[in-house]
Amino acid sequence: MPSIIEIDHLTKRYDSGTHALDDVTLDIREGEILALLGPNGAGKTTLISIICGQVRSTGGTVRVGGHDIASDWRAARKLIGLVPQEIALEPFEKVIDCVRFTRGLYGCPPDEAYVEELLRSLALWDKRDARTRELSGGMKRRVLIAKALSHRPKVLFLDEPTAGVDVALRREMWEVVGRLRESGVTIILTTHYLEEAEQMADRVGVINRGKLLLVKPKAELMGEFSRKHLRIELSEPLAALPGPLAGQGITLSGDGRHLGFDYDISAERTGIARLLSQLAEQGIAVRDLETKQSSLEEVFMSLVEDER
Amino acid sequence: MNFRAIRTIYLHEMSRFFRTIWQSLASPVLSTVLYFVVFGAAIGGRIQSVEGVAYGAFIVPGLMMLTILQQSVSNASFGIFFPKFSGTVYEFLVAPTGWIEVTAGFVGAAASKAILIAAVILLTSFFFVGVHIAHPLWMLGFLVLTSVSFSLLGFILGLWAKNFEQLQIVPMMVITPLVFLGGAFYSASMLPPFWEGVARLNPVLYLISGFRWSFFDIADVPVKVSLVAVGIMLLICLGLIRWIFATGWRLRE
Repeated sequence: MPSIIEIDHLTKRYDSGTHALDDVTLDIREGEILALLGPNGAGKTTLISIICGQVRSTGGTVRVGGHDIASDWRAARKLIGLVPQEIALEPFEKVIDCVRFTRGLYGCPPDEAYVEELLRSLALWDKRDARTRELSGGMKRRVLIAKALSHRPKVLFLDEPTAGVDVALRREMWEVVGRLRESGVTIILTTHYLEEAEQMADRVGVINRGKLLLVKPKAELMGEFSRKHLRIELSEPLAALPGPLAGQGITLSGDGRHLGFDYDISAERTGIARLLSQLAEQGIAVRDLETKQSSLEEVFMSLVEDER
Repeated sequence: MNFRAIRTIYLHEMSRFFRTIWQSLASPVLSTVLYFVVFGAAIGGRIQSVEGVAYGAFIVPGLMMLTILQQSVSNASFGIFFPKFSGTVYEFLVAPTGWIEVTAGFVGAAASKAILIAAVILLTSFFFVGVHIAHPLWMLGFLVLTSVSFSLLGFILGLWAKNFEQLQIVPMMVITPLVFLGGAFYSASMLPPFWEGVARLNPVLYLISGFRWSFFDIADVPVKVSLVAVGIMLLICLGLIRWIFATGWRLRE
């Protein structure tokens, strides 16, 4: 897939000396969903803000659809839609007028058919004449998405789209993003909810302290870094862990019925075979085995820990 | 240039004005009627004329100027402050719109509202006094230039203000005193020489003088000086706005 956004050695240093972005280079491909993961203050919002024009960089270049965001900013910005982290809407404005206003700001002629299609796709058509202050939190977020899509951008930035929202609303947002992906819009979302990246992204970028630590396809990333947890159910409970099993990272549950063991699936020797033979040697009968894939959260924590 | 963005901002701002058209017009018209009753009928009855013009008519340009300055500043400052307050100002920064388009939209709307209200005041004054306009085109020119210049000033104020209190304080503490001391209700030549000298330091005196000249052909200062004064103010305000957008001061914080 061709690149829609090319970020080259992007740097942002504030007057205070803080390095918000440190030599970030990244290509974003057309039609993909890229999740930028990172803790608070990692530089995710700064990166988005620079690409969208809210913040100026102190070094490096960004091209959107081949247009430099500094020298050819009008053409670059026409290709971008931004859904900000905070809900920012004029409270007394009607939903449909909000969308028309943004469309006008982008220099697009009125297109009522498209506005209707957009509002219907986001389940807002019935609320088109409602004032934005009358809407629920989920509807307000959808209005922000409608505004961001009002000029048919090729790239949509979602800055923490589900920050501070309940579980039901988060799932609703995931559905909306899923439908947008089908329409061919490139989506870049920032989040510190790893579950969100796991659910939606094609590729995941991990950013911390202004540095882009890596960008990889989600599956590859999880495959490379993931660990698994082996849970062994015993036929008879144990009072304590037998001596030969101690010091190998094996844990015994409080009721003595389960043993736990973490292992790296990419390692040449996982240690499972040795553990099972040790159990047999000790005469400990195994009733059942269960393995669990570690989450992206653990992958992420492992990367950020390495950075420290 | 993104002309459609200018039109969008302009119409959006004007729609706010027309949504509350009666409040927008009733308040200045009521104030003007009160000024005519107090200064025109009650006090003006004891003043024969000022430089050959009946006092009731003499104060019409000053009253119009008072309204234009107050309305221009408050409309433009509120217009840009409200998106800052509600957080929607980000839209102007991420859209393909430069400082010229954003300023033209907000300032154009603020100036239009001020001119509309000034026109209503002029119409109201016809019910109280006979007003003859000596130079109608110049009058219109001064009206537009002044409302645009002070809308630019209001726009700067709205960009600067961090809260509603700051938004109110400049019109209340600076604009109104300058208009009252700038000869809205008297000619600077009526003052003692020392105070006349002080009054000439007030930039609003030049606006009111030029505007009054367009009505009655009489002025405290030459009309060219008035024009230059408005022109300088306009250029300074434009320069400041350009600087604010270039640096992001109070806009990208």
